[in-house]
Amino acid sequence: METTKLPPTSPSSPTTSFSVPSAEKVDGFPRRSMRRARQRRSHSSSQFRYQSSQVELTPLPLLKDAPVAELHDLFCKKLQQCCVLFDFLDCVADLKGKEIKRAALNELVESVATSRGVLIEPLYPEAIKMISVNIFRTLPPSENPEFDPEEDEPTLEASWPHLQLVYEFFLRFLESPDFQPSMAKRYVDQKFVLQLLELFDSEDPREREYLKTILHRVYGKLLGLRAYIRKQINNIFLRFIYETEHFNGVAELLEILGSIINGFALPLKAEHKQFLVRVLIPLHTAKSLSIFHAQLAYCVVQFMEKDATVTEYIIRGLLKYWPKTCTQKEVMFLGEIEEILDVIEPSQFIRVQEPLFKQIAACISSPHFQVAERALYFWNNEYILSLIEENCQVILPLVFATLYRVSKEHWNQTIVSLIYNVLKTFMEMNSKLFDDLTASYKVEKQKELKRDRERADLWRGLEEHQDRRMQMLTEAARNQRNLQERGERGDPPSPSSPQTSHSDQPELKPSGASSSSSGGGESAT
Amino acid sequence: MAGADGDDSLYPIAVLIDELRNEDVQLRLNSIKKLSTIALALGVERTRTELLPFLTDTIYDEDEVLLALAEQLGNFTMLVGGPEYVHCLLPPLESLATVEETVVRDKAVESLRKISQEHSPVDLEVHFEPLVKRLASGDWFTSRTSACGLFSVCYPRVSSTVKAEIRQHFRTLCSDDTPMVRRAAASKLGEFAKVLELDYVKSDIISLFTALASDEQDSVRLLAVEACVSIATLLPQEDLESLVMPTLRQAAEDKSWRVRYMVADKFSELQKAVGPEITKNDLVPAFQNLLKDCEAEVRAAAANKVKEFCENLPEDNREQIIMTHILPCVKELVSDTNQHVKSALASVIMGLSTILGKDNTIEHLLPLFLAQLKDECPEVRLNIISNLDCVNEVIGIRQLSQSLLPAIVELAEDAKWRVRLAIIEYMPLLAGQLGVEFFDEKLNTLCMAWLIDHVYAIREAATCNLMKLVEKFGAEWAQNTIVPKVLGMANDPNYLHRMTTLFCINALSEACGQDITTKQMLPVVLKMSNDQVANVRFNVAKSLQKIGPVLDSNALQTEVKPVLEKLATDTDMDVKYFAQEAISVLVLA
Repeated sequence: METTKLPPTSPSSPTTSFSVPSAEKVDGFPRRSMRRARQRRSHSSSQFRYQSSQVELTPLPLLKDAPVAELHDLFCKKLQQCCVLFDFLDCVADLKGKEIKRAALNELVESVATSRGVLIEPLYPEAIKMISVNIFRTLPPSENPEFDPEEDEPTLEASWPHLQLVYEFFLRFLESPDFQPSMAKRYVDQKFVLQLLELFDSEDPREREYLKTILHRVYGKLLGLRAYIRKQINNIFLRFIYETEHFNGVAELLEILGSIINGFALPLKAEHKQFLVRVLIPLHTAKSLSIFHAQLAYCVVQFMEKDATVTEYIIRGLLKYWPKTCTQKEVMFLGEIEEILDVIEPSQFIRVQEPLFKQIAACISSPHFQVAERALYFWNNEYILSLIEENCQVILPLVFATLYRVSKEHWNQTIVSLIYNVLKTFMEMNSKLFDDLTASYKVEKQKELKRDRERADLWRGLEEHQDRRMQMLTEAARNQRNLQERGERGDPPSPSSPQTSHSDQPELKPSGASSSSSGGGESAT
Repeated sequence: MAGADGDDSLYPIAVLIDELRNEDVQLRLNSIKKLSTIALALGVERTRTELLPFLTDTIYDEDEVLLALAEQLGNFTMLVGGPEYVHCLLPPLESLATVEETVVRDKAVESLRKISQEHSPVDLEVHFEPLVKRLASGDWFTSRTSACGLFSVCYPRVSSTVKAEIRQHFRTLCSDDTPMVRRAAASKLGEFAKVLELDYVKSDIISLFTALASDEQDSVRLLAVEACVSIATLLPQEDLESLVMPTLRQAAEDKSWRVRYMVADKFSELQKAVGPEITKNDLVPAFQNLLKDCEAEVRAAAANKVKEFCENLPEDNREQIIMTHILPCVKELVSDTNQHVKSALASVIMGLSTILGKDNTIEHLLPLFLAQLKDECPEVRLNIISNLDCVNEVIGIRQLSQSLLPAIVELAEDAKWRVRLAIIEYMPLLAGQLGVEFFDEKLNTLCMAWLIDHVYAIREAATCNLMKLVEKFGAEWAQNTIVPKVLGMANDPNYLHRMTTLFCINALSEACGQDITTKQMLPVVLKMSNDQVANVRFNVAKSLQKIGPVLDSNALQTEVKPVLEKLATDTDMDVKYFAQEAISVLVLA
């Protein structure tokens, strides 16, 4: 049925579909190769649906040979010619047409890059139309639903030979000295930008690379679109974080933002702070963090360097989203914390040191040695070490118990020796405090045990109370029923009289409550 | 704590709150999960005046804690003193409904929906509806998305002025600036339409529906398709054409495959909602297009619906529609280039035979089944085989048996063990439909061959398969065809195969009955107790324990007991352990 969609290619399509099974027998992994080859086919036809009839292209004269008077007209004709789309999965289909378009695109690129005075106003709508027709398309379904950008090879865009030239043309167009933002803004509008942003989900890294540069130029030249672009990037990120967890272009968008943040005016606008707190920090929760962590950390540090007062938001945010089970992410978080501490202002450090070093202590006691090791490396950083030294009175008590315990318990010798070094450093920093803490270690341990016992007692008491309470309510209900039957009045034993008025329902409710805690109740007895 | 007889003052709130504030997240989480216990200890009055304000103020915790809290509060009505005080729960839930994390927010909305039912109509207007309004006009998208889920629960029980306000708020959110909010509104559009008066469905909902269905983002448009089902169900037939169909037609041809996929996925529901006339005129061609879609995802979704769609066609010209419009597309899908499409089709195509009857099945469907049985992709073949029962009812399975056999044999020998496993699982079904003769002649060898497969999972499944076959064909059949072969493997040089004998005996003894077990199986098991491989010996002990209940007490005492006692003194500790276990379970000590 696909052949009906692709009228000019019907003779060749059987050969392509025939060659696939034979190839898959060879590699022994039929599923992947079969799906890859076939879905690419459908991808291209997806675009074809909307092209009503295939046009036969005829070569036009070369731009460089055209008389000046006809140059713009010819340029325009070439742009129109480049609006014709070709099926690239069928590599032998309409080779002549493909070559004509390729040559035309090359000429357009060269002309816009080298010769002055080509870009006149009437060409803007034609150029933008040509670009839109070629690049804007619904991205096909990912051929691999569990596509893992770190593990899997990305699907490359089949029509890249043309698409690349279109992107190249767009880039040259934006970078041309003749480029007039005032003219372009009529055609490169919000709708255009939104479609451009959606393309960042492309699986092809080459396409995303072009998009990144292009969007950056658009952001730089078309000032009226800046706020809109930022807002739409926000929306993409929020959807990525809270809805789909899938978007291929997060790293590229963050890279653009990295340079945008650099240019923010001071003091930071509320909008930008909100972006930091509600978008950038939550981005750390993504499953695929490793793919864009470097760019994300760069953005975060950029914010701090702009305005030190956001430090506390950042550190507390990271602590809130600290990974609980994924040790690889934990190592990344520790790396980012070190980057942040590298540029932190001492006054800001004091504001976050307590929660921060509690977390660092937790990392040091991680049974995963890479996490513990990464945390202990902080003590090799001179700037961090100086901050620790200045605040030794606060920090040492926070981490001492952990260091002391882990130095005796950790399975990994490297960790143990790193901890000894850290303990030694602390001893040199403040030997008095160190000795006090060593002396009180046991007492603190005892206190902790006592607190645990008290907690257990409290909960046991609470649960017993709950059981009694339920019994009472049941009894009260029964009594009341008896009393009513006898037509007498007695004094209700329940202390909370309003409940006796709905004597039927309380029975229902505490039974629900007890079921949630029945496990605890059993263990207590 | 002794002598505490429900005195509320026994537990100072500070102590309890300390528990809710503990530094350790896990402890905090435990405390929150037992919030009802705390509330009960405090009593309703202090829960309202002290606990809830504290909870409202501390909504800055870990998401996990917040999730537990949001859930707990949904069941708190009685703990705050019953329905007349239920509105006390609104402030903490309102804050929870604005947090970023989707799971927490959704849970808060769920709890709010739950307790909305416990509000009196007056409280609903005084307390609940203002909360919905506040959420709907919140600054950040999270509160506005949460609001979308709350309109429909309060709308039916408020006065007409408040109703008008609610409709206005919903309208605003449908055209919200953020796509997240529009998506939330679109996903609740159907639900909201259901509680609206019909006039307002026509005046309000339709325009919102049309707008959302042509949103610039495909993620919004596809949600409108879902709403389309509910809306079409609500409207009288004569309005469907003008109010719903233009949008639905547009969605079926949307430029984004995700929207078309959604249409295909919801096709049966849409079909029921719009009724037979529109189905004939509009949905049939639309369905044909979806079956021919250029994206495999869409074709697969549509292929999945083929049977249901055909089933629900109006009966008067169902056959004609299927034969002239649907079947040609189905034929093409049989040789589709994408295996997911083919396998989706294979899972439903057999169902068409009941609809089309014997003659059509033989003439038109049979060739398709046969083609799919020969498909290169094992999943397709499996899907056909797993649905054989539908065809069996209409034309009998004999028509297929010629092609069935090679297909089964090929699957049985597939290089992927999961494929082999899948076909084993259909063996009892096939055996039942093909009959004992066909089975003995063609399939028995396969079933025995699986017993010596090199993958344990296959040997295990093969054992279980034998048991099911014996249940089907009876003990006599087992004695003649299976048992000798199984017992023969007891002398195999490979200890894994010898163990398979034991596993088969475990599975078969009950189905074969006492006679066969005592006379034929038991001697073999006992003989294997001298095996030189310890694994075989302790499996002998396990087998004896397993078949013991089937044996009579004489055999147990005179034959089993001595062997187990000997095994109990084995040099291998596992053999000893299992022998002793068997002795104690069979009460032979």
